[in-house]
Amino acid sequence: MTQSVVVQVGQCGNQVGCRFWDLALREHAHVNKKGLYDEALSSFFRNVDTRKSDSRACGVGGRIQHLKARAVLVDMEEGVVNEILQGPLREVFDSTQLLTDVSGSGNNWAVGHMTYGSAYREQIVDKLRKAAEHCDCLQCFFLIHSMGGGTGSGLGTRVLSLLEEEFPEVCRIVTSIYPSAEDDVITSPYNSVLAMRELTEHADCVLPVENQSLVDIVNKIKQMSHSGKPGSVIKRDSAIISGRGGLSGPEKPFDAMNNIVANLLLNITSSARFEGSLNMDLNEIAMNLVPFPRLHYLVPSLTPLYTLADVSVPTRRLDQMFSDAFSKDHQLIRADPKHSLYLACALMVRGNVQVSDLRRNIERLKPSLPFVSWNQEGWKTGLCSVPPVGHSHSLLALANNTCVKPTFMELKERFTKLYRKKAHLHHYLHVEGMEQSFFSEAVDSLSSLIEEYHHLDATKRRLMPDAPRLPIAR
Amino acid sequence: MSVVTVQLGQCGNQVGHELFDVVCADAQDGQRKAYSTASCERFFHQTTHGADLVARAVLVDMEPKVINQSISRAAKSGRWRYGETSHFSQKQGSGNNWANGYCVHGPRHRDMVEELVRREVERCDRLAGLMAMMSVAGGTGSGVGTYVTQCLRDIYPSTFILNHLTWPYGTGEVIVQNYNSVLTLAHLYKLSDAILVHENDTVHRICSQLLNIKHISFGDVNRVIAHQLGSVLQPALTADSHGVYSRNPLGELVSSLACHPEYKLLSVSTIPQMPSASIAYSTFSWPGLLKHLRQMLISNTKMEEGIDWQVRPTAGSERTSSLTAPSFNTSLANLLILRGKDVYSAETGAFEDPALYTSWLSSQEAFNLWKSPVPFNKYEKSATVVSNSQALLRPLDNIVGKAWNMFASRAYIHQYVKFGISEEDFLDSFTSLEQVISSYSQLC
Repeated sequence: MTQSVVVQVGQCGNQVGCRFWDLALREHAHVNKKGLYDEALSSFFRNVDTRKSDSRACGVGGRIQHLKARAVLVDMEEGVVNEILQGPLREVFDSTQLLTDVSGSGNNWAVGHMTYGSAYREQIVDKLRKAAEHCDCLQCFFLIHSMGGGTGSGLGTRVLSLLEEEFPEVCRIVTSIYPSAEDDVITSPYNSVLAMRELTEHADCVLPVENQSLVDIVNKIKQMSHSGKPGSVIKRDSAIISGRGGLSGPEKPFDAMNNIVANLLLNITSSARFEGSLNMDLNEIAMNLVPFPRLHYLVPSLTPLYTLADVSVPTRRLDQMFSDAFSKDHQLIRADPKHSLYLACALMVRGNVQVSDLRRNIERLKPSLPFVSWNQEGWKTGLCSVPPVGHSHSLLALANNTCVKPTFMELKERFTKLYRKKAHLHHYLHVEGMEQSFFSEAVDSLSSLIEEYHHLDATKRRLMPDAPRLPIAR
Repeated sequence: MSVVTVQLGQCGNQVGHELFDVVCADAQDGQRKAYSTASCERFFHQTTHGADLVARAVLVDMEPKVINQSISRAAKSGRWRYGETSHFSQKQGSGNNWANGYCVHGPRHRDMVEELVRREVERCDRLAGLMAMMSVAGGTGSGVGTYVTQCLRDIYPSTFILNHLTWPYGTGEVIVQNYNSVLTLAHLYKLSDAILVHENDTVHRICSQLLNIKHISFGDVNRVIAHQLGSVLQPALTADSHGVYSRNPLGELVSSLACHPEYKLLSVSTIPQMPSASIAYSTFSWPGLLKHLRQMLISNTKMEEGIDWQVRPTAGSERTSSLTAPSFNTSLANLLILRGKDVYSAETGAFEDPALYTSWLSSQEAFNLWKSPVPFNKYEKSATVVSNSQALLRPLDNIVGKAWNMFASRAYIHQYVKFGISEEDFLDSFTSLEQVISSYSQLC
């Protein structure tokens, strides 16, 4: 069994991370009835006996003493991390896993990346190394951050390149929260584009999530629960939007949205943690979904987003789950994958679903989903037998799809609007180590990424002939 | 004589476990003593104290979950178990990457795996051969499996090595499955004595249309594969065995079917296949079974439903290339295995019709027959044909075609190059398989 380390950077990263740990504990508590520290738990938690003087970790198989998250929390202001340390999750982190400062990054990528990046380089590497040493077999780093601010965006991407430098063989999966167009941080386009370049070059996979999509989804769920349609009562404590039942107390404003992202992370790692008839490890995700090194942006979609009150699951419900995964409303970025080109798609199913159900749905949905000519059967599937809490089954679809192109183009446009006028540029250029070339290189990187997706899109309408086979002398 | 099985990767371990289940249950099913003894000797060894049956198997995987499951389920059955130290696993899998399996994991763990196989081999009084079970779609079964086969070939140059391969569903379980399949098949072709293939698509259809299973799980699929494989490998009386159960099953299988190094792909069809609840109410006759099986063979229908009765043997000169039009399935050689009641009365002359075979071998040489009077796995009568024919030509061509298309755009190649497989290696593999396809297409 492998372990993963979560690195949460910045306010958003830490808030989402916090929801993740809460839900992870709840999920394991639900499954692990005997209170034993098993392999599944060890993938995200250490078991520590704090009575012993050196707090050494206990091995798998013993009773749970004290669970510590395999995490590193980084923030350049103290507010969020302090809140975590005073909240019910305080026992799950120890002080050596935290790195904070007081003044924040002022929504400035350069401050996060250059100033703090250099100042704290040693400490960051040290904490990462400690976390890695506690692992038997470290498979993956999960980085959670937002793109629009200063710390998550700037320092987060600095951490990403440190991860590549220090641990080149460990997979890096990045969950990036992209700002919506009405974001109140004016310089968020600058921060996002500067960060994008780092993501394109240093991450193995990126799961882009747009704030606007999360808002839409949460609103829709609230609407459903108030609509009073017969048979559509939402189970109140479904893990998807509610943290109730976990450790935290009353809900805070962004909690519902953060919960969705936390569930995304839980589902991605489910097959690596629990058993199933067709296991899907984390390194298989990068292998199957990334045909060309830079095109590693995977659009996530999660179903179901709410539980219906009736527990019996006729086949139609199951099929509905599969259809939903490809509908516009369930994507975590505002995109329409059905009308763009699929390069590859992964379906990670949890719960009591058999391979025949999977096959039937793939057959059913295939005709309406355009796949690139050389990957007509580009499906990667995984079956995990343990469902998430409160549901009998769930599906996470990760699509490498050219529908990210419009999102990136919009981002580039917002960037260009500011950059043309040189608005706010001086804030960045004043930072030591920062130069104008960073901006032009970053936007060039984004342009060429858009270009690559565009090329593939162009093949969509054309009927591509099969490549002529190797001739053999007869 | 004993067969040592090496189970590789998730699929190999899951199918292998079902196989041992089937043969153990069949052997102990109130059967005649000679059959029971021969079967147990072939697949199990008995511990010195107690009547414990321990499978002659080595379990290899790069992640531990499946092996742990197989071992505990076997132990729970109470009838047989795996050896306590006969397994090897790592923490992190091969990531569906053939190059990772073949270039990294294989060499890294070579010594351990060789040691485990050596121990198992030494426990055998006489070794009939080695069987490696794996899938071709993933990273461990395919990559590590190929590497292990290579090592075993080096260490045991004169032992028969049979590779049992499970081919994935055509509509994708793993996106890079066609690359992994091409690399595996091209390499195994040089190493293996015979390659016995089951296709998930075919077995899935058997489950849904013949066995009437509504929600088909991988367990169901694996049990059908195990049933078919068991019907080939359980003891039988062969032409060379002179009235006792053959002591050289793998050798006889290989020598009767894989007579030319260019032709090693074997397919299996077994009839009848029906829901176990219906077996008691059905009666079978040898003429009926054999007629269906023969038509299944020549029309290349791998199950007893939707058989195309229009297909007839044609004279050699009239045969067209079988890649373009569905037509007659020409065989190079066939092995028919009959098990059950009144087996000596079965008339198999129709299988010896020269029209079924290529012209190189006389039909007496091309056709082989094994019999066993003992019913297999609850079926009063059952017939299996292991065929070296064009049956796998179309599926193989599809795999190579899709892989080639993907290769033309160089998609995913960087993932393989990262671990040491170059574009040159891919091209070599493609060339080998095009050669195999060409050879099989020209059989007439």
